[in-house]
Amino acid sequence: MDGEVLKVEKLNAYFNDFHAVKDVDLSVNYHEVVALIGPSGCGKSTFIRCLNRLHEEVPGARCTGNVWLDGQNIYGKGVDPVVVRRNVGMVFQKPNPFPGLSIFDNVAVGLRLAGVTKKSVLSEAVEEALRKSALWTEVKDKLKKPGTGLSGGQQQRLCIARALAVKPPVILMDEPTSALDPISTAKIEELIVELKNDVTVVIVTHNMQQASRISGRTAFFLLGELIEYGKTSKIFTKPQNLKTEQYITGRFG
Amino acid sequence: MASKLNLKVTSFTDRKRKLKSQLIIGVLLFLALLACFPFLFISAYVISKGIGSLDWAFFTQLPKGPGETGGGMANAILGSGTMVLMCCLLGIPWGMAAGIYLSEYGEGKTARILRFATDLLTSVPSIVVGIFIYGLIVIYFGFSAHAGATALAVIMLPIVARSTEEILKLIPNHIREAGLALGIPRWKVILRILVPGCVGALVTGVMLAIARVAGETAPLLFTALGNQFFADSLSQPTASLPVQIYNFAKSGFPDLERQAWAGALILVLFVFVINFGTRAFIYYKKS
Repeated sequence: MDGEVLKVEKLNAYFNDFHAVKDVDLSVNYHEVVALIGPSGCGKSTFIRCLNRLHEEVPGARCTGNVWLDGQNIYGKGVDPVVVRRNVGMVFQKPNPFPGLSIFDNVAVGLRLAGVTKKSVLSEAVEEALRKSALWTEVKDKLKKPGTGLSGGQQQRLCIARALAVKPPVILMDEPTSALDPISTAKIEELIVELKNDVTVVIVTHNMQQASRISGRTAFFLLGELIEYGKTSKIFTKPQNLKTEQYITGRFG
Repeated sequence: MASKLNLKVTSFTDRKRKLKSQLIIGVLLFLALLACFPFLFISAYVISKGIGSLDWAFFTQLPKGPGETGGGMANAILGSGTMVLMCCLLGIPWGMAAGIYLSEYGEGKTARILRFATDLLTSVPSIVVGIFIYGLIVIYFGFSAHAGATALAVIMLPIVARSTEEILKLIPNHIREAGLALGIPRWKVILRILVPGCVGALVTGVMLAIARVAGETAPLLFTALGNQFFADSLSQPTASLPVQIYNFAKSGFPDLERQAWAGALILVLFVFVINFGTRAFIYYKKS
């Protein structure tokens, strides 16, 4: 599929008086992995949280601008943020399985609360999601055990499975591997590359090797502004902007 | 190994400091044990005084008149059970709804005022709650189990509300965001994800509130009044354990006083069972 699944126009995001994201324009193609890099506090996380309308859930937070998802403005009139989020999944920095829910229920909960009640449909969806997130073989014999009992890396893959189960066309990832060991990180990176066949991934990362390993395009953010956006290979070898070059060569940030 | 830096890791002042530390710990331990003493004393005293009058008849028979031996407190046990149950039906959903509001939607001035009002209600003397329900219900409809249960519910309400609020607030915000990010409406995130995740703690809060209201006497004096017999309906004056204990204890008849001790024992046992049951429930949930 060609074309843009996400098109962001003049996005500005605020926390009360603090201007966190400034006039960002950016588009993402279908089945692309886009990495967002930049120093801490540069607005990357805030930016992706505007793409599933989660930003506005923080007290005092608001944003302006347009985000077109598959041709529809998610900030348009009459848009229900709940429906937007069903189509734009999210994986967070810290693995956050739902406490008190089993591994199965953690993955099934999105579908279940969307009204799916048929047991066979649920188990099929759970298995598919767990297989895609490369967790199935590790947990298939203990689906009834609590999700919080898994290791950090497994928990994060469980959270990816939870996001995949509702089959969103776009998944946002906010530093999904920063709390994980290198082996779990490698597994998740492998996973992201495979996911590209089904979904579009926008991933925030502090790990520049990670960005170069998995993404097709990379965006560099600094102080709330989008400094440079282009093919990952180009950003890391021939950046156009001096600030980008300084950042990726480790001269600041 | 040879010492190169000539470091000293022990010294005389060190030993003095350790001694002081141990002394303070000893004092603290003593005070902590002292704090348990009233509990142990009350339990032992109530058991020794009450156990002798506790028999099958105590649970099945009505009180006998002054001067007669035998009889029981069946009416008070049934009355207390009924009113505590009715109080739960009213107070638990009401209190939990308030607690959920305060925790999940409670921002800004309204919530601050509500939270303050809830705290104030917790500290309103229970006899004042009794008088309030007297003016609100009893004047128009008479003494009844309804009025008694309502008074107990007013006492239970702020306890359940604040415990629910505090427990929900312990759930980290990223769990809520994970729910919202799945495209689940906020109210469903609360009821289907947050609440099931902390049900053990919520039950504990509710149980402690039940234990608290079960022993209340003052609010029932003005509302359920008491009854020497079984009440025919919920709109009649109804006996309760605390009020009956109070009446019998000051009656001056040794037989009734013994029954009062037995009643006190039942009340204490009830609170024990609730606390023990709660802990057992949490243990079961964890394993």
